Amino acid sequence: MDPAPLKIGPYAFRSRLFVGTGKYSTYELMRECLEASRCEVVTVAVRRERLYDAQNRSLLDFLDTKRYTILPNTAGCFTAEDAIRVARLGREILEQLENPGASWVKLEVLHDKKTLLPDPIGTLEATRELIKDGFHVMVYSSDDPAAACRLKEAGATSVMPAGSPIGSGQGVLNPNNIRIILEMLKEGDPAYPVIVDAGVGTASDVTIAMELGADGVLLNTGIAHAKDPVAMARAMAHALDAGFLAARAGRISRKLYATASSPVEGVIVY
Amino acid sequence: MTTTSLRILVNGEPQRVASPATVGTLVALRRPRPPFAVEVNRRLVRRAEYESTPLAEGDCVEIVTLVGGG
Repeated sequence: MDPAPLKIGPYAFRSRLFVGTGKYSTYELMRECLEASRCEVVTVAVRRERLYDAQNRSLLDFLDTKRYTILPNTAGCFTAEDAIRVARLGREILEQLENPGASWVKLEVLHDKKTLLPDPIGTLEATRELIKDGFHVMVYSSDDPAAACRLKEAGATSVMPAGSPIGSGQGVLNPNNIRIILEMLKEGDPAYPVIVDAGVGTASDVTIAMELGADGVLLNTGIAHAKDPVAMARAMAHALDAGFLAARAGRISRKLYATASSPVEGVIVY
Repeated sequence: MTTTSLRILVNGEPQRVASPATVGTLVALRRPRPPFAVEVNRRLVRRAEYESTPLAEGDCVEIVTLVGGG
């Protein structure tokens, strides 16, 4: 399995699976899952400096910042202003780490705490500001094709439509919308990266997203909260490869009735 | 003789620092574990500006780092 590298702005990756670092029961487990997923990009959040575990260890004690490209998010922000602040803070930290992720951000401007769906207006405002400030903006969007188009027009490096709400495990709820987004954003610009972000519950969801033509998948809870997270991380990596290959192999069309696979001629039944 | 002190908020909690103080003074006092970033009143203060950024009564300071997230 040697997929073409995924190019996003100044970056190129062999793995098309982006994995979050939240919600694991231990840092050791997180590290093992990242390894099993074969990911090269990991997302992180920016928070007040007090989140150490019982042994006073932090995320960064378990994350090889020379190996992974870190994609800092603006999770938890409900206004464009707050998301911009968090993006700048994240960049400041990644610059200290000398991690290539310092020049991009996963922009989330959320509408409400219950659905965690994006606020389209605030998302667009923050996208514009952050681009002016020199960021490559990877923008979390709903699966609304119009919103996706507006974000691309504003200069987003990648639009990342949600398959379903964050952490919901419902997979790709509206594959038609994802297909329309892919068609619209890639029209005359086939290399424009579209990543399905959020909602993955199990491996087949990743395959479906890739079969639809997505360039990659970003997930967290689907691995972190699986019964056996390491096994699920491995499954996600295979699922991604399967979907990537199938999308390029060209599936057969759907037919209402059967067509036999074995020859009709020579059958011994009279 | 009384030393004046400033009341500021750091990560949402009240803190007193001797006046005059800069972001550099506060960082030296709290010694946050690197890497971290600082903002004062919702504005990022870059590392090179710590010593030249004074703190004033009532300032809201945030000191942040990276944590697990999706």
